[in-house]
Amino acid sequence: MIPSFKEALESGKFVVTSEVAPPKGTNLEKMAHHIELLKDKVDAMNVTDHQSSVMRFPSLGGALMVKEMGGEPILQMTCRDRNRMALQADLLLAASRGIRNVLCLTGDSVVLGDHKEAKGVFDLDSSQLLAAIRGLEKGKDLGGSDLDGSVSFCAGAIVTPEANPLEPQLIKFEKKIEAGAEFIQTQAVYDLDNFKKFMEYAREFPARILAGIILLTSAPMARFMNKNVAGVTVPQELIEEMASAGKGKALAKGIEIAGRMIKRIRDEKMCDGVHIMAIGKEDKVPEIMTAAGLL
Amino acid sequence: MIRSITQQKRDEELDQLLDGLGRVFIVGCGTCVTLTRTGGVPEVAEMKRTLSSKGKIITGDVVLPVACDNLTKEALAEYGGQIRQADALLIMTCAFGIQTIANHSDKLVVPALDTLFIGKETGLGQFDEICTQCGTCILGETGGVCPVTSCHKGLVNGPCGGTNNGKCEIDEAKDCAWTLIYERLKALDRLGSMKKLQKPRNHQGEPSPGKFKL
Ligand code: SF4
Ligand code: SF4
Repeated sequence: MIPSFKEALESGKFVVTSEVAPPKGTNLEKMAHHIELLKDKVDAMNVTDHQSSVMRFPSLGGALMVKEMGGEPILQMTCRDRNRMALQADLLLAASRGIRNVLCLTGDSVVLGDHKEAKGVFDLDSSQLLAAIRGLEKGKDLGGSDLDGSVSFCAGAIVTPEANPLEPQLIKFEKKIEAGAEFIQTQAVYDLDNFKKFMEYAREFPARILAGIILLTSAPMARFMNKNVAGVTVPQELIEEMASAGKGKALAKGIEIAGRMIKRIRDEKMCDGVHIMAIGKEDKVPEIMTAAGLL
Repeated sequence: MIRSITQQKRDEELDQLLDGLGRVFIVGCGTCVTLTRTGGVPEVAEMKRTLSSKGKIITGDVVLPVACDNLTKEALAEYGGQIRQADALLIMTCAFGIQTIANHSDKLVVPALDTLFIGKETGLGQFDEICTQCGTCILGETGGVCPVTSCHKGLVNGPCGGTNNGKCEIDEAKDCAWTLIYERLKALDRLGSMKKLQKPRNHQGEPSPGKFKL
């Protein structure tokens, strides 16, 4: 049996997670290809849940597929589309099918996605979903009723180390850990000196922290993130470095930068591992890992 | 003072709603919709002109003092003759006014406005939704700023990851409620209440539709 993500977290090794995105439709070929490519290279694979509020094949279906193909899935669950009953029911299904890891997210607003007139649910938030999982593990659902057969999950959450303002975000971070988060995958970080400062604070808490690494694909993409993605700041030097890459070489430069950052995080023991997000370029993850000296 | 905030429906929708209804009696209101300039005297006059130019016959019009008041029944009775001649009442009040009028008239009611929210005037010409009457008020733990209403997602345990320079992820013109709450509680030296893990909200504080009897 492949080692569980929890074992990897507890082993003290430098943990690497990545993610796969379910398709819009039923053509699962590309996702299967990414799972096949990554399953033996990373410690676990997040399966995104209607990422950016765009309706897709469900994360639970994707996580089952990772499992069936011999990988270790981290089921992402947002609170945007399901109320507390549906979330708990899906957790029961996940547990019954051997899915051992869950990442709890509040979720983006529906108005940012492709079903802009849908009702955003948000019956629970990420910290309450974590608490619900811990409750299910004790055999009780949120209504206070007993379960016939319980669940057990390695549950995690996210944090945005560069949120502005930062303090309210840190209060939420502490509540997520109090509610039961065992691991934290961060929003993308680029300024590692800043991240080090965050880690001086975060290290005090009983959760494993994986630094979020988003692959830069071009200078305009970096500028776009600065403008449009809350809590993500790509420093000017990195944008210039991306721009300096010759024609057609931007992606290779992005891979080099991501590899370099991961190597530094690992060499300086900044945190417990990394979570690599290669949005749309999942097939480049092995190259990033090679650049980082991980493969 | 609390106000019902409204916005005029798009012309195409209004045309569709009035399709086949040739004779129309128009009702405005002297309270909220006068303040928001969506159903006061000038707007009713403008609507008369527009509909006449589209070939409708306006059998009459009135701007009621307070359309949602029970006195509306008597006020409408005064216009009984003109209302009888109409195929429908085009109502330029909020939905409280529309339903009050519908209760006191056997005519078809056609809303000219969309009721956006119950809010308050927070600056000159600016209106904000600050309470959605959830039935389980938590203002005591949030420094008097309502996250159920002012946070786009109604979160009660602090901000989501979308806060951008203190603004909400859906609109940079909207403050992030949790930035405001944090600042208030910090100034009050009460950050402890933000640090408390809040249970899931009771969404059935008063199961909809609300009903209350003294
Ligand atoms: S919590 Fe907010 S919505 Fe609920 S009653 Fe209080 S102010 Fe109104
Ligand atoms: S950005 Fe702030 S106000 Fe907007 S949904 Fe997130 S927490 Fe709520």
